[in-house]
Amino acid sequence: MSIATRRSRAGERVVIGALFACAVLSIAVTVGIIAVLVVDAVEFFRESSLFEFLTGTVWAPGQGSGEGGQYGVLPLLNGTLMIGVGAIVVGLPLGLLTAIYLSEYASPRVRGMLKPTLEILAGIPTVIVGYFALQFVTPTLLRPIFGEDRVFIFNAAAGSIAVGLMILPIIASISEDAMRSVPASLREAAFGLGSTKRQVSLRVVVPAALSGIAASVILAFSRAVGETMAVTIAAGNSPKITFDYFTSIQTLTAAIAQTVSGEASAGTVRYNALFALGLALFAITLVMNLISARIVRRFRQVYS
Amino acid sequence: MTVSASAATAELAPSRLRRGATRTGAKIFIDAAFSVLLFVGTIVGVVALATLIWTIVDDGWPRLAADPAAFLTNYVSRLPARAGIKAALVGSAYLMLLTTLFCFPVGVGAAIYLEEFAPRNRVTNFVETNISNLAGVPSVVYGLLGLGVFARFLRLGPSLLAGALTLAVMSLPVIIVAAREAIRAVPESIRLGAYALGATKWQTVRRQVLPAALPGTLTGTILALSRAIGETAPLLVIGLPIVIFSLPNDVRDPVSALPLLIFDWTSRPQPAFAEAAAAASIVLLALLLAMNAVAIYLRNRYTIRW
Amino acid sequence: MTQERTQVSQDEDQHESRIVNIPERRDEIPPAPAEAVFRLDDVHVYYGKFLALRGVNLEIGRNEITAFIGPSGCGKSTLIRCLNRMNDLIPGARVEGKIDYHGQDLYGAGVDPVEVRRRIGMVFQKPNPFPKSIYDNIAFGPKVIGMQPQSMDELVERSLRSAALWDEVKDKLKQNALSLSGGQQQRLCIARAIAVSPDVILMDEPCSALDPVSTGRIEDLMEELKRDYTIVIVTHNMQQAARISDRTAFFTAEAAEGSGDRTGLLVEYDRTDSIFTSPADKRTEDYVTGRFG
Repeated sequence: MSIATRRSRAGERVVIGALFACAVLSIAVTVGIIAVLVVDAVEFFRESSLFEFLTGTVWAPGQGSGEGGQYGVLPLLNGTLMIGVGAIVVGLPLGLLTAIYLSEYASPRVRGMLKPTLEILAGIPTVIVGYFALQFVTPTLLRPIFGEDRVFIFNAAAGSIAVGLMILPIIASISEDAMRSVPASLREAAFGLGSTKRQVSLRVVVPAALSGIAASVILAFSRAVGETMAVTIAAGNSPKITFDYFTSIQTLTAAIAQTVSGEASAGTVRYNALFALGLALFAITLVMNLISARIVRRFRQVYS
Repeated sequence: MTVSASAATAELAPSRLRRGATRTGAKIFIDAAFSVLLFVGTIVGVVALATLIWTIVDDGWPRLAADPAAFLTNYVSRLPARAGIKAALVGSAYLMLLTTLFCFPVGVGAAIYLEEFAPRNRVTNFVETNISNLAGVPSVVYGLLGLGVFARFLRLGPSLLAGALTLAVMSLPVIIVAAREAIRAVPESIRLGAYALGATKWQTVRRQVLPAALPGTLTGTILALSRAIGETAPLLVIGLPIVIFSLPNDVRDPVSALPLLIFDWTSRPQPAFAEAAAAASIVLLALLLAMNAVAIYLRNRYTIRW
Repeated sequence: MTQERTQVSQDEDQHESRIVNIPERRDEIPPAPAEAVFRLDDVHVYYGKFLALRGVNLEIGRNEITAFIGPSGCGKSTLIRCLNRMNDLIPGARVEGKIDYHGQDLYGAGVDPVEVRRRIGMVFQKPNPFPKSIYDNIAFGPKVIGMQPQSMDELVERSLRSAALWDEVKDKLKQNALSLSGGQQQRLCIARAIAVSPDVILMDEPCSALDPVSTGRIEDLMEELKRDYTIVIVTHNMQQAARISDRTAFFTAEAAEGSGDRTGLLVEYDRTDSIFTSPADKRTEDYVTGRFG
């Protein structure tokens, strides 16, 4: 039924073929990512044990080629999780409050000023946020409040605050979209019964938008897990298993950044360890993104 | 009427409309407190942003203003007072240009195909799902892709070309999404009008849909690129140098980048380097501001209001 | 030019005057078209499983204005879109039966819908000028179909004159078409359709989005256009059909036994005079006298 196929214009077919190639290139990218990660990670697991990787509690690549180092991923997972959870603790309340305010309370003028501000916040490069965490949050906020002995220069709390600030716009804007999609008729029904704005917001709008909010949180968590620079700068490079937010830790991403800075040559255990970490990271974020997308799809069906 | 019912009716008597008729004092307080809480929660984000910018400017401005020309034209140095961002700034500029060259045509091409030509079948759905997944992959993983494929496998090494290819691949999903939205915004009636005149699908796309979708596409592309220019992790993983004393002559030459330099200086213990990092951050933020301003100008001036 | 007279019903019992005024015609219209541009033979149109229109038989005459009238949902727009294969763009749309265009099967193997649309133009209900200059709107069609006129400027001027728009826009050809009024935009769309020298111009409720003054101007325009083109128009406005069309086809929609879906069908097709003054079918009479629809 398509018009183009009937014409014998070879030139147009070539053009459409080129466009098709562009679209399919994205598949090549995914294949490339998976190939690169898997091939070198497999190489790594051949030299160093997969079992130790998954269960070992020490991450110490050692010098040079990295032979004989210890490659347990658990401290890194611990660090990543701490940052992820910490970022959500910072970003979720602030993001959600902002979303409710923007969606239910703010005047169009205020919205017009706040939304660009959120976009600006989202656009600040992560190295700069990292600088802010290291040079302001730790010395001017955390250490004066909690004491210089308690708070290390590099600490997970500063990292969490930094990443939390970066994911705040994600939670705020997706949740706000979800809330605004709630039909006006639902609000009107509640107001008509004499509810206050607070009750309508908390008891009608937020529950109705819950799947969108949940999707935004999962997406934000995934983003927090994948965040590299701010965390490396602010939270340090000390892989350890701990729950203390005032000490320095190391995340999966920071470990990758550190290993690379050490100039590992190709083929060494150190080098291949990079890809094992990358594979773990890719798997975690992929799963979370898929879950989030599934939730978004379902919530769009409900209201479209 | 029973007693309780008449009591209820008395409570809701029409004349009792003033505040407090049914809402108790405690409830009124909670409502007001909630509004305050919302406002505070929103303000915290704004204040944090303001504090961030203030910190950068406060730390970096003295360093930058002391001798801006030197800061912009010096290469890096062991001595923070003499260190400059020349190589990094030029490197970032080259990276941006080359990245755009790679990802704009491919991204727009993919968007046109998916919006105008792709049949609704499983292959198309798979491609679309794949693209949205790629949008969520952490930038450091793109760095690993760049390292393994571009730097090592294609033997490009830590070069301008490898860096640009990596950033291009990373920006691709974002550009595709932006271009698709701009194309979707063109009303169907325009396409129908063109078909009715006997135009083929490609003629319609090329001469009517694309020009109308161009402002939105450009805006989205500029925004995507402004994100790419601030990315450090991919370039770090590929191995782009921080210490370099020459400008690139060829795409296979190594380059530095501004965010890389900021990262390095921030990681050093000397306070003077921290100031330098802040000063470099001001330059980076100014660049971003300029790019976003252009994008917003394009959007406001050239977007067609149907 | 045309004298209006009100036909009084021949029905002694009711003495009701008809709603529609039928202008007196100067030219006599033959009972059947002298030359048929379209010949529709038992045409059915399906959207997927749903039968939208059934059993249409009619001939569209050359250089005549043929009107499709009838209540909403009876397939008038569906049918007109089959005549230039715009229906192909709707997934699941299927035409059965035969539509002949100058003797050729419009849906035959090897027929290119793009070529069809170059010969059979269309004007839509809501004016849809391109977001370009007035000049570029007109020039677009000739350019994409590969017409290479001696002078594009001249072609643009001719098209705009034919659409009775030239005087109003001749000084602002480079201005954006979206700045014109609704009526002007629609005349621009007509000029745009004329620029590719079609054989037929299809109009799907071209005036329903316009004010009465603009509508009147376009109706005058159609009278002139029929000298050079064959025109088929879908309209809800019976007065309009009576005023300008030579032949009228009346459609209605009826539900098939058992199902709730209503399928469109052609009730009656005749010279406009006959349809409005002495319709053969009671359903037609009910419609044109305003008893329903």
